[in-house]
This record gives sequence, C-alpha cells and structure tokens, in this order.
Amino acid sequence: MASRILAVMEQRDGALRKVSHEVLAAARRLADAGGGTVDAVVMAAGSVEGADQLARFGADRVLTATHPDFRLYQPDGYAATVSAAADGASAVVIAATATGRDLAPRVAARLKVPCASDVTELVAENGAVIVTRPVYAGKALQRVRLTGTPAVVTVRPNTFAPSETNRPGDASAMEVPTFGPRVTVREIKAPAQAALDVAEAPVVVSGGRGLREPDNFRLLEELADAFGNAAVGASRAVVDAGWREHGAQVGQTGKTVSPGLYIAVGISGAIQHLAGMRTAGTIVAINKDKDAPIFRTADYGIVGDLFEIVPRLTEEVRKARTGH
Amino acid sequence: MKIAVCVKRVPDTTSKIVIAPGGKSIDETGLKFVPNPYDEFAVEEALALKEKAGAGETVVYSLGGPPTGETLRTALAMGIDRAVLLESGGSPDGLAVAQALAAELGMGGYDLILFGKLAVDDYNHQVGPMVAEILGMPCITSVAHLTIEAGTVTAEREIEGGVEVSTCALPAVLTCDKGLNNPRLPSLKGIMAAKKKPLETKPAALGEPALEVLDLQLPPERKPGRIVGEGADAVPALVELLRTEAKVL
Repeated sequence: MASRILAVMEQRDGALRKVSHEVLAAARRLADAGGGTVDAVVMAAGSVEGADQLARFGADRVLTATHPDFRLYQPDGYAATVSAAADGASAVVIAATATGRDLAPRVAARLKVPCASDVTELVAENGAVIVTRPVYAGKALQRVRLTGTPAVVTVRPNTFAPSETNRPGDASAMEVPTFGPRVTVREIKAPAQAALDVAEAPVVVSGGRGLREPDNFRLLEELADAFGNAAVGASRAVVDAGWREHGAQVGQTGKTVSPGLYIAVGISGAIQHLAGMRTAGTIVAINKDKDAPIFRTADYGIVGDLFEIVPRLTEEVRKARTGH
Repeated sequence: MKIAVCVKRVPDTTSKIVIAPGGKSIDETGLKFVPNPYDEFAVEEALALKEKAGAGETVVYSLGGPPTGETLRTALAMGIDRAVLLESGGSPDGLAVAQALAAELGMGGYDLILFGKLAVDDYNHQVGPMVAEILGMPCITSVAHLTIEAGTVTAEREIEGGVEVSTCALPAVLTCDKGLNNPRLPSLKGIMAAKKKPLETKPAALGEPALEVLDLQLPPERKPGRIVGEGADAVPALVELLRTEAKVL
C-alpha cells in the first residue's frame, strides 16, 4: 500500500521548532515501511525559517498554509487546515507539545478517528499503525493498534532522532479552509528569563527537598548554565511547597521527560518521580542518603553533601565543555 | 452559571503497577483508586465560580463501573450539587468516551464544561477538546489561570518557554492544569451531605472502539548503576564517565 503520511510542523515567531524534525523522522518511519511519502504541513502567517530545509529532514513535499491568523497558534484554524490536509492520508503525526496536544484531539474528533497520544515507538504493519506509549506516567508501556484511517498520533519530544538525507523536495502552497475562530490566542508572555522546557531540553537538572530552601536552586541554575543546553526541573514536593513553578515538575502529576542526561539532586526518588524520568538516556543521582531509592534507578551516583558536590560539578562540566 | 465537570477514577499516583494475567490491563487487586488529580482542579474551579456567581448549578459526570460512584461521591462531598454516572465497562478510547459524554452534555445547556487536562492513568490529553469539537464549542486546554468577565473567558496556559493567553466566549470547554487553584478537601459535613445528593446512573452511549490494546508491559528495567564515590572528590570521576562511557558530555 502506497501510503501518504502527514507530518504537522510547529513554528514559533516564524522559525521552525526543533521538534518538527523529530515529527518528520517519525513520519518517515511509517512512510518507508509501506513505500509511501511524507507531506509536511507548515502553518504560519508568513515565511518560515527552515521550511525550505524540510526535504533534508524527510519531507517529500512541503505544504505551506498561510493565514494572517496563524501568527500565533489558532486552534480552530489549525484543526481545519490539518483535517483538510489529512484527506487521503493514512496517518497524521503531530508533536506531543503544548500545541500538538491541544491540536491532535481536535483533528481526530473532526475526522472521527481515535488518537494515540505521547507515542514513543511506532510501526506500520499490514496497513495499520501500531504504537507504543507510556501509560501510568511510564510505569507501564501500552502497545496499541489504530484501526481508524487516518491514524492520528502525537510523538513525545526527544524520542525520535531527526535524520538527514538527500531528498529532492517539492513545495506547494495549500489553501487554508474557511474556519470560524472560536478561540483566539492573544499573546505569548515570555518568562522573565528565557528558559528551556524540561520536556524538550537535552539535559535536565532537577532538585528536590534536599536543597533545603528555594534560593538554593541557584546552584542548579548555575549547573544548567554550565551545560548550556539544560533545563531545571523539580520534584513534586518542592513544587507543592511553592519553591518552583508547576511547569518544572517532573513526575506523574508533572511532566514525563526523556532527556539524554538527567541529574537528580537531593531527590529521594519517590515512585511517581521515577515514573517521570526513567526513560532518560543517562541518569545521575546526587544524594546524602546512600539508601535513597533514586540510586537504584541512576546509572551513576555520588553520595554526599550536594552543597559541596554541585558547585564542583558545575566547575568540572564548564571545564569539560569549554576546555578551561 | 451552569457548570459541568467530568472526572475519572484512576489508581493513586503512589501505586506500584502490576500487569494482570492476559497482559492487556493492570491488576487492580489491592490498588487504591482516587479521583484523577487534575480533575480536582476542575471540581474546585466549578465550585469557586458558582460561589462567585452566587447562583447556578454544578453537575459532575463520569464514565465507568459501579466503583466510579465513589469518585462521584467525592466530588459531591467537595460541594458539587448532583452527579451522573454513565455506566460502561472496560477502558474505552478517548474518542468513544468523548462521544458518550458529548451526547449527554450537549443537552445540558451548560455555560461551562470543565475537565482535568489529562488523566494520570492513560495520559491521553484528549477527551476535553474532543467533546468541544463534537459539540462545536470553543475549547482552551491546560488552563492554569482563568478569569471570566461579561461572558468572555481569558485563560493562560503554559507552553514551552512561555505562557499563552487565549480568549473565547461562553459557553466553553476548559481543561484544567495544576496551578489553577488549590482544591478543597471534603469536609465531614460535605461527606454527610453527599450521601443524600442525587446520583443518577444511565448507560453510556459509547462509540465504536477503533483503538485496540495489543498488550501492556512493564518498562524494561534499567541496567544497574553504580555509586561513583562519595563527596565532591568523586566529581572528576563522574565527569570522566559522562564523557567517555555515557558520551553525554
């Protein structure tokens, strides 16, 4: 079966987000299994930086849907556009980001097909899409076959590595269907400091009660800064105590993350926290209690006083990365 | 203001998950179930909005078997006026649940329909926006801050590296995130009162399932790790391992 896979790209401020390349990699897997093609749909108000490079990341065709209301996310307009572009597609692949998680169920409901969220593996088998997705915050893995067409899936960030190939890409403009905007996104308020999101950062440095007081998170911010590509996460205990924003919480009632490197500082390792980070590539634990459960999940552990260990680690990481 | 809240019965987040024989679902033996934590933000918001308006009705809905009645009673004990249990077995997919809820909610004449942003069992993030699409209502998901004035909803939700501010008109569907409020605990008086509040039971009008669970497995165990050393003196050895063995630096 020659299938057509629709990959939904994500842009902000006229630049493609990195996760779009991951969506293409996932779409490519489905297409290649059945000798199919990948259409990448880009929704924006104007030109998008990086859209002309999408062939390199796996798109056979780039569909550009331009609309003045697409300067920011437009839920109803995006849903109408993706639903129209999905006509004849066997699957629709969307990022499991704030935007994608909002968009995918809308598209699925419009097309009257179910949706598989936060997928970490996917294969095409006899024309059906089979996905693996963590449930119970990663305490179990569910394998699901989607029997509706198209199969709508959202893929977890940091899970499908972007791949580059030499591919002759085709580009065309697509008409945005008429839509009634029921919701209007007015603005994006940026945080005081531009920060990476824990769900997307390649490195996450998380802190728990062991930090003793909110101001001590400064130590973790310095460590994150030394890495250059790290986000600062937090355990539920310190978020509930009001030390950190809920957006930074890692675990079952926070975010489930899969960074290449996860460093848990002063976190004992409650089951609901472990569920949120156990798919990280490498896990490092720093804790004063040598019997803390976190050490059973960590690849590398250091037992001792975090107030001595973390500054030293910051110094060594900076040296390793910059050579001085 | 007439407000509906949809809740789900889920295993407590501190539970250890055991796979049931047959390998497609979890073993519920001895498992403690609670109302989905995100749904408690929705219940609290409904109560607070009704209190602020000084009039109105709050109704809680859930899909499930008889034990789900307990989940509904918890919401009633928090202060919700009445409950509707849509009876269903198994674990229907997000679209099937949304269709059943929409069939019920569409006739209710609600100003606001509230959900948790996700259920901590299946992690779908789906049912709220699906219900909104089916009913043709505006929907804002993962709301962490909310104001409603003169029939206009202004909501903030966290996105990667920022906060998105959206507006829509009532009636609307909203899904609630942590940070929106601090859910109240049911008082003893509330628990007693909940026993006398109406709880209606009717069959759920579920759609055709189109998601088939093939199997459920525990995630692969991580390779046993090792303690690199004690104190700050162990840091250079750790950094060396991160560079040469784990290759993450």
